[in-house]
Amino acid sequence: MNRRLPGIFVNGALVVIALLTLFPLLWMVSVSFMHAGEASSFPPPLLPAHASWDNYRELFQRAGMGRYLLNSFLIATLLTILSLAFNLSAGYAFAKLHFRGRDRLFRILLGALVIPAQVAMIPLFLTMKYLHLVNTYGGVILPTLATVFGIFLVRQYARSIPDDLLEAARLDGAGEWYIFIRIVIPLLKPIVVTLAIFTFLASWNDFMWPLIVLSDQEWQTAPVAIAGLSREHVQDNELMMAGSVVTILPVLILFLVLQRHYIQGLLLGSVKG
Amino acid sequence: MNDHAKPWTFLTPALIIIGVFFLLPVVAALALSLTDFDLYALTDLHNLRFVGLDNYIDVLQTPLFWKSLLNTLYFVAVGVPLSIAASLGAAMLLNSPLAKLKGSFRTALFAPVVTTVVAVAVIWRYLLHTRYGLIDYGLIRLGLDPIDWLGDPHWSMPAIILFAVWKNFGYNMIILLAGLQSIPIDLYEAARIDGASAWAQFRHITLPSLRPVLLLVSIITVAGYFQLFAEPYVMTRGDPLQSTVSVLYYMYEEGFKWWSLGRASAIAFILFAITLLATKILLWIGQRGEASA
Amino acid sequence: MICARRPRWIAAAAFVLLAACAKNDPNQTRLKFWTIGREGEVVQQLLPEFERTHPGVRIDVQQIPLTAAHEKLLTAFAGDALPDMAQLGNTWLPEFVSVGALEPLQQLVDQSAIIKAADYFPGIWDTNVIDGIAYGVPWYVDTRLIFYRTDLLADAGFSTPPATWDEWATAMAAVKQRQGEGKFAVFFPLNEFEPLLNLALQQSDPLLKDNDTLGNFQSPGFRRSIAFYAQAFRNGWAPKMSNTELPNIWDELARGFVTFYVNGPWNIGEFERREPELKGRWSTAPLPGTHGPGGGAAGGSSLVIFHSSTNKQIAWELSEFLSRVEQQEKFYELTGDLPPRRSVWESPALAQDEYVKAFRTQLELVKPTPKVPEWERITDELAHMQERVARGGEPIDQALKELDARADKILEKRRWMLAHRAMQ
Repeated sequence: MNRRLPGIFVNGALVVIALLTLFPLLWMVSVSFMHAGEASSFPPPLLPAHASWDNYRELFQRAGMGRYLLNSFLIATLLTILSLAFNLSAGYAFAKLHFRGRDRLFRILLGALVIPAQVAMIPLFLTMKYLHLVNTYGGVILPTLATVFGIFLVRQYARSIPDDLLEAARLDGAGEWYIFIRIVIPLLKPIVVTLAIFTFLASWNDFMWPLIVLSDQEWQTAPVAIAGLSREHVQDNELMMAGSVVTILPVLILFLVLQRHYIQGLLLGSVKG
Repeated sequence: MNDHAKPWTFLTPALIIIGVFFLLPVVAALALSLTDFDLYALTDLHNLRFVGLDNYIDVLQTPLFWKSLLNTLYFVAVGVPLSIAASLGAAMLLNSPLAKLKGSFRTALFAPVVTTVVAVAVIWRYLLHTRYGLIDYGLIRLGLDPIDWLGDPHWSMPAIILFAVWKNFGYNMIILLAGLQSIPIDLYEAARIDGASAWAQFRHITLPSLRPVLLLVSIITVAGYFQLFAEPYVMTRGDPLQSTVSVLYYMYEEGFKWWSLGRASAIAFILFAITLLATKILLWIGQRGEASA
Repeated sequence: MICARRPRWIAAAAFVLLAACAKNDPNQTRLKFWTIGREGEVVQQLLPEFERTHPGVRIDVQQIPLTAAHEKLLTAFAGDALPDMAQLGNTWLPEFVSVGALEPLQQLVDQSAIIKAADYFPGIWDTNVIDGIAYGVPWYVDTRLIFYRTDLLADAGFSTPPATWDEWATAMAAVKQRQGEGKFAVFFPLNEFEPLLNLALQQSDPLLKDNDTLGNFQSPGFRRSIAFYAQAFRNGWAPKMSNTELPNIWDELARGFVTFYVNGPWNIGEFERREPELKGRWSTAPLPGTHGPGGGAAGGSSLVIFHSSTNKQIAWELSEFLSRVEQQEKFYELTGDLPPRRSVWESPALAQDEYVKAFRTQLELVKPTPKVPEWERITDELAHMQERVARGGEPIDQALKELDARADKILEKRRWMLAHRAMQ
């Protein structure tokens, strides 16, 4: 008896917390299938009376959600692919290549991590204006093509690559870029996947910057569109829930499939060696 | 082969991006904060005036700034401990040898972290509805009075704190879990043999061992929570009675609603200074604790 | 892994590609028209006729929610990303004119066969004129007046609606007395400044003084307005609630929670739709003034054309199209938004509607709000001030002094610029 009780307590607590945590998301899905106005009744319903795809239909046909999801997808994908190039090469350089001032420069960059991004936002917007990149994908992507966090993550991981391996290749006459592409990157595969997930997720979920830089509706990303919709359709909660579902679902699935890499990266990034 | 140049070809692209699109704007923001750049100046630079520290002094004399600072400090002071306690509790449950299906539970508890803030804020805005929201319905069923979460100035910030804790606790949970897993089991065994209670074990083994990790988690969370913006933007727009205006929200309105860019930049730097101060204080506390431990 | 090989080149290529991401179809002119709120949905029904008579023109309507419109428009201006034309609240016109965003329309108006300035309500037309030049064409108007329950008012002993402030105060006291605990006489939402503003505009004292460079909120006129407004809360005639706490005001009026409500014309349609059983038991009346119907704010939206547009001619033709009498009649039928042209009011739909009569009377008396860009910001302060006085009970003298101080501060740059320009 004494040995069973703690077990029941622990697992029971976990079940309760898990349900409480997942509840809003589950409810979101449930309401998205309700008819318009069905959720605004007392007592609030938990399940739809007659589930229907109406909200989703309206979301895509009238509210044009497909376009916004496409924008999010294109921006996140482009950013992920391009930023991998930038962050991988810089991170590797800080980890394995020797040059004067390497560590000092890295420490300065780390210091920049403390500065909140919002400080830079206003002049950044003006910069984009002069570059005529306001209201374009470029305006959204360019500022985060390389990030200190990404470089840091790569560096942490790359440090574990044995120096002898690289030395041997150099002695064989291989050029630095050749070494990087043929030897290092395959070894960095786990961190590549991790960084890709981080970047994609961060880009998909990004809100403040796309809100500022994208003014035309047709270029808006999903989160910005949702924010706009939520102000326009204050009463249409069922429609809004459908919007939330389609915005959250892609990244949730991505996370579920690759969670090991994500969590590994999270730990690597925070528990500094 | 120019050995000196090679590393720089790896670095330059990234450094250019960070330099041009981050460091340069930060410096520019500092410059902006010393002027009264506004809409008039946007159209004609002759309307720009150099005002030195006037923006800073002015912001520090504006009641709304102090209100936003108070709101933000409220959010940090209550939200951070709550969030870390929740994360620690969840981590300890997951770490328990008795827990089953750890992977699944971990996924479930972490899920809110990866969701889009805007999308879930919309859900919560509805859950917190006074009449049709399930939270108040639950309160009514428990025999309590319904709370006007988003309409009552006293409950609006607690509502946002509740939401933020729900959204973020999974993140620190993972880090604390890793910390817990690195504590040698023998320590607990020895304590158990000595007859120590679960609570004593927690106080004398778990907490001290977790000290560095807790410090790290606190710093990350405090720094993050000072940047409260998306939640008030989507859920309350600063209302009611400006009880949910955070410093960053105030900066956003000054900058992008009223286009007082000089003032907004000053606010951003003030926030930066405050965040830096808070993290330094935390670090100092942490180091002092280590010295006495 | 091609990407890693030459990251800089890929980045440059992507940069160029992304920057030039605009669609260009040489055969079609796309006119970008930004609308705010419901009107955007509705106007799309009127556009096919325009597109038919203008082959090769396609109108892209984009709807912006009202709560985000101001920021979006200014951000678009700052980012050189404005559309060709937009629906703009007329209180925002001075701001956009001062930054040079709007195209002056005076010449086009003078030459137009469709848009005749004299046909418009003078107060409304005036809101579009800055320094003698017209920058917008009024599209629809609104002003705020009283919606009230005729039966509840009769119960309290009044067979006609109040015409002066004194009568209104007496009526509200009587209604509150009669309705008792838990019910109120009037709903003034705590997060709306419009009712107070409308009362204040009836006064002869202007809201700003010295060429609109200083706050004038401590004037006797404004003092009277805020005193009248505050007494409604103090005496328990008005509940201390914001409009989010009473989301369905029509239900509340139907069940007698309040008897008076100050708001705009769109409520007529909402009422008729949501509370059909109330028919015959409610009506509208012009806002009482100090000595008779007082008028109020000249609200509404105008059609403006942006200076940066490359399709100004088409934009003007669309503006003229939407200003035609028959288009305005159709627009009224679809939205319930009141037309700014007197001749449209003679159409049967409007002439015979008992509820809009009060609006017709009031529209002849409306006045514009101060035409300074900073006005929007000042109304923000006004809104906070009136909430503090009403909800928190802040003393009026202190509140007005503070409001003047804040308004003076907001207007500081304007004072500097006027002095600066005067010296040149």
